[in-house]
Amino acid sequence: MVKLPIYMDNHATTPVDPRVLEAMLPYFTQKFGNAASRNHSFGWEAEEAVDKARNQLATLINAKSKEIIFTSGATESDNEAIKGVVEFYKDKGNHIITCVTEHKAVLDSCRALERAGKASVTYLAVDKYGMVDPDAVRNAITDKTVLISIMYANNEVGTIHPVREIGRIAKERGIIFHCDAVQAVGKIPVDVERDGIDLLAMSGHKLYGPKGVGALYVRAKGPRVRLTPIIDGGGHERGMRSGTLNVPGIVGFGAACEIAGQEMQSEGARMRSLRDKLQAGLFERLDEVYLNGHPTERLPGNLNVSFAYVEGESLLMGVNDVAVSSGSACTSATLEPSYVIRALGTNEELAHSSIRFGVGRFNTEEEVDFVTDRVSREVKRLREMSPLYEMAREGIDLKSVNWRA
Amino acid sequence: MAYSNKVLEHYNNPRNVGSFAKDDPGVGTGVVGAPECGDVMKLQLRISDSGVIEDARFKTFGCGSAIASSSYVTELVKGKHIDEAMTIKNTVIVKELNLPPVKIHCSVLAEDAIKAAITDWRSRKGAANGDSGEAEQSVRGEYVEGKSSRG
Repeated sequence: MVKLPIYMDNHATTPVDPRVLEAMLPYFTQKFGNAASRNHSFGWEAEEAVDKARNQLATLINAKSKEIIFTSGATESDNEAIKGVVEFYKDKGNHIITCVTEHKAVLDSCRALERAGKASVTYLAVDKYGMVDPDAVRNAITDKTVLISIMYANNEVGTIHPVREIGRIAKERGIIFHCDAVQAVGKIPVDVERDGIDLLAMSGHKLYGPKGVGALYVRAKGPRVRLTPIIDGGGHERGMRSGTLNVPGIVGFGAACEIAGQEMQSEGARMRSLRDKLQAGLFERLDEVYLNGHPTERLPGNLNVSFAYVEGESLLMGVNDVAVSSGSACTSATLEPSYVIRALGTNEELAHSSIRFGVGRFNTEEEVDFVTDRVSREVKRLREMSPLYEMAREGIDLKSVNWRA
Repeated sequence: MAYSNKVLEHYNNPRNVGSFAKDDPGVGTGVVGAPECGDVMKLQLRISDSGVIEDARFKTFGCGSAIASSSYVTELVKGKHIDEAMTIKNTVIVKELNLPPVKIHCSVLAEDAIKAAITDWRSRKGAANGDSGEAEQSVRGEYVEGKSSRG
């Protein structure tokens, strides 16, 4: 018996793990001190909790505790990394290399710097699976390049980039490598030493921790990375990020990271098997379903598919007892279809027909079966209502039609 | 942003889904929108020789609001004379379905679909009569001097 509605949108956010919530609670009403209060026990116990969390995060990515700065979320971490580096190293150069499928927090930070005349940016294309080519990164490097920013794994299509190779190239040429690892941390092994990463953004609410807290890893050695802070104030986090620490959020984030590290292998295997079952079920029951993203180099819980001839938002409306998301224009506030799906070179109609499933820790096999059935039935119903399906069945090549829009 | 009840109702129980034979002389077919935009509506109207819309069918590739707009339109036009149907404004659809601002374009597309279907019927009728201009004229003339077809 499944409990409705089913949540299968774990790339958007995740529920807080009950164990994480339990760890956080004392820090609201009992141990509520300001971690920067140096002179009394309330401050000391808060600081101790923060130090423990710093360690838990560092352990998960093989960093040193002092290399972790806490922020309000990965968006802030990305902003700080990009703007902080460009500002600090402006005498060295002002060129950034990034990729068209990055999260908006990265893309918009780059665009803001371009608009202000502070940086020039190369946005690398991706292949049809959404993967960036390390050679393209190498070829884009100039003597003015100060930063390479490529995410670990994509939030929409799940594709995992060749991060280690990019890290190696960056090291060879002495360029700082920033990695938005929000979707990867806690799901697949991320190691800043092995992967050659100098700056890394992570987010609490993507790994069963609370919303409103994130972190930025800033390499201290080999090389030492410096940043100009984007938030000024009391000089917290070694001057890099002023502002009173969100102690309960940080405690939760730490606990979530520890759990993720311990359970990553078994959970990863379980997620992969649930996702594969969902994928197999949908492909078996429906024709003209297309996978978006890499077939194997992919986050374990991610499935992104396009159901030809059926528009995404109408499908979401039809399966309203299942929470997933779509790359269709109708689901975005700006009425533009997913720029990530478009970057794969998929035709636009399939971008509007894309659905993203994010299987997570609390999903069950029963739920996967329910979703497979529900989605298949709704796709069939909508195809009967679709003029495109009708035309395709009549043998009309949709690309040859002269549409009057 | 939850969906309006009216939109959900049309989405779950769409009216008049389906197709007439395209080459049926009494049928006008309008296809508007484009797959790249995520919205394609096909509206077919069975129109009597005197220009009264007797029946309608639709198929839509698009969001819930687009489906609801085209479904509603098939109900709205039935029994109307095509001259009256040509004057239907998208605002009627917006009001009926409580469409939010971001979905107004769906109603505009539905309005366009009506016009496209009627125009198609007229041109095919005119071609059948050997002269599109005269046929249109006579249809209009009937409407003006005759009584309203709905009595």
